[in-house]
Amino acid sequence: MSSPGPQSVESRPSAWGGLTALLDTPAKQITAIVIMLAAMIVAPWVLGPYATVIITNALLYAILALGLNIVVGYAGLLDLGYAAFFAVGAYAVGILTVTFGWNFWATLPVAVLAAMIAGVLIGGPTLRLRSDYLAIVTLGFGEIVRITARNLHITGAASGISGIEQPWLFGWQIRTTVDFYYVFLGLAVIAIIVSVRLANSRLGRAWLYVRHDEDAAEAMGIDRVRVKLAAYIIGAIYGSIGGAFFAVNLTAISPESFSFRQSTLFLMAVILGGMGKIPGVILGAFIVVLAPEVLRDFGAFRYLIFAVGLLLIMLFRPSGIWPVRVRR
Amino acid sequence: MSLTTILIQQLVNGLVLGSFYALVALGYTMVFGVVKLLNFAHGDVYMTGAFAGFLALSLIGGVVGTGWLGVGLSILLSMIAVGFLGVVIERIAYAPMLKAPRLSILITALAVSLVLQNGILTLTNGQVIAVSPKLGFAGINLGEIFINYKQIALAVMAGLLMLGLELFVSRTQYGRAMRAVSVDKDMSELMGINVNRVIAVTFFLGSALAAAAGTMAGAYYGSISFFMGFLIGLKAFTAAVIGGIGSIPGAMLGGLILGLLESFGTQLPGIGSEWKDVFSFSVLILVLVFKPTGLLGKSEQERM
Repeated sequence: MSSPGPQSVESRPSAWGGLTALLDTPAKQITAIVIMLAAMIVAPWVLGPYATVIITNALLYAILALGLNIVVGYAGLLDLGYAAFFAVGAYAVGILTVTFGWNFWATLPVAVLAAMIAGVLIGGPTLRLRSDYLAIVTLGFGEIVRITARNLHITGAASGISGIEQPWLFGWQIRTTVDFYYVFLGLAVIAIIVSVRLANSRLGRAWLYVRHDEDAAEAMGIDRVRVKLAAYIIGAIYGSIGGAFFAVNLTAISPESFSFRQSTLFLMAVILGGMGKIPGVILGAFIVVLAPEVLRDFGAFRYLIFAVGLLLIMLFRPSGIWPVRVRR
Repeated sequence: MSLTTILIQQLVNGLVLGSFYALVALGYTMVFGVVKLLNFAHGDVYMTGAFAGFLALSLIGGVVGTGWLGVGLSILLSMIAVGFLGVVIERIAYAPMLKAPRLSILITALAVSLVLQNGILTLTNGQVIAVSPKLGFAGINLGEIFINYKQIALAVMAGLLMLGLELFVSRTQYGRAMRAVSVDKDMSELMGINVNRVIAVTFFLGSALAAAAGTMAGAYYGSISFFMGFLIGLKAFTAAVIGGIGSIPGAMLGGLILGLLESFGTQLPGIGSEWKDVFSFSVLILVLVFKPTGLLGKSEQERM
């Protein structure tokens, strides 16, 4: 666990380096987490409805970025079609609740199962191949899902599905922006806990090994295809759950919400913050959602700024803003 | 129309489409052969080529007109400009990353693709731009079959470019150096080959071919947009994989096969044109699963 990999860096003497180093010590970490969580709980009451909607969106991105991080950051596989799993979750909920009148909570397991099957179908055959083939196959897969959603009758074709009923929980309907804020906050907390537990599990160590040296990992008895497939499927589960709640939050979904552009935004969130590092990924998700708000004045130009930013990060700080630190 | 007429018409369409795919696929395959990099930005280089060609046509159109000569010259200008763009991209973005982990370089390539796409998006405000060269609608009538002169010119041009590339790679010193580098980069360096220059030449040629395809696509289809490179990038990659990635004749063959598969595939019952893209991506996935080395590729062990 102590092997320094290409993604690890020594602490830097800069102010930001000092801050992240401080936050990386366990005792300070707990204090920071408590403060952050308290701040997040009171946020909607302090910041008002507009900011609440934006932060809810950032939380959704954080959940999806954490899922994609398992694929990209933990297992080292480039997935360019992550929006596909997001779409599978959203459409499973949309179709089952609107067309078949199911209860939202009953559709969740189906959404997860559908995404897992999709993960096995696409990952199973391709994970054996070169890692760059996987990237392009996932890109093609993302497009297949979007085009299929646009062409099929059951998915509502180009106009999508609308009138998705918002879920009830213990006689209370989740429907206001603040309700959904807390739902996504809760989901994000669960996503973080699962991610942390996974990173420290046997599977997490296997991912680390496979990421750093696939051949050596295989020589040590790790079944690399199975381990990668596990990452792929867990990532798919995150995506489908995010998609399911996205569908009930907006009550309407359409194929264009699941385009390649979405997939790249999720990927950017993972890379900007620092692949494999949970606080980094969450920070990345917030940057991806908040930056367009801050850069609103720049209009279409802001996407270019984003793209150039991504390129600069890859060239000068490939391990992200908040990178993985070597554990001793 | 009789069945034979439809089949021949689709054959012509497939060959035209296949020529585009083949020209773009060549860039993927050459770059992959030499630096083992999947250049995700290649589809966007094609798109940039279409815009460079449009710009060239607008600039020289006043002097030489926008007929065959104007289009021909704009293809040439676009090839030169975008060829150098390819070299610049390689120098700035890929050269520092060649020793980095594979994941990092893949993401860098994606970033380059986004920079090109969003750069053109910003310049054009996301508008689709109409390209209207005066190439006329004349053609040859063979009974019920009509073949446009544009289609013939396109196929001939693509054929000439591929022939030129084949001669370059098989007959010239640079071509030999390129083949040597693709077999063993370190050993080639020891043998006195200037590997950096070979890489630059490879990027120049690959990007120039994509630019030619982009400019021709603009003149042929009559419109260009910042997003036009995305799909063809994927399709050309599919073509390169069908032919066997790293193999130059493979890319040509794969492009033509994919073009024909698409134009005939969409004639099958149940596969309308709205399923065309799903059809070709499914072909990609099937080829990768059952014959990942492609038709003409050599099997290789991946080293991480």
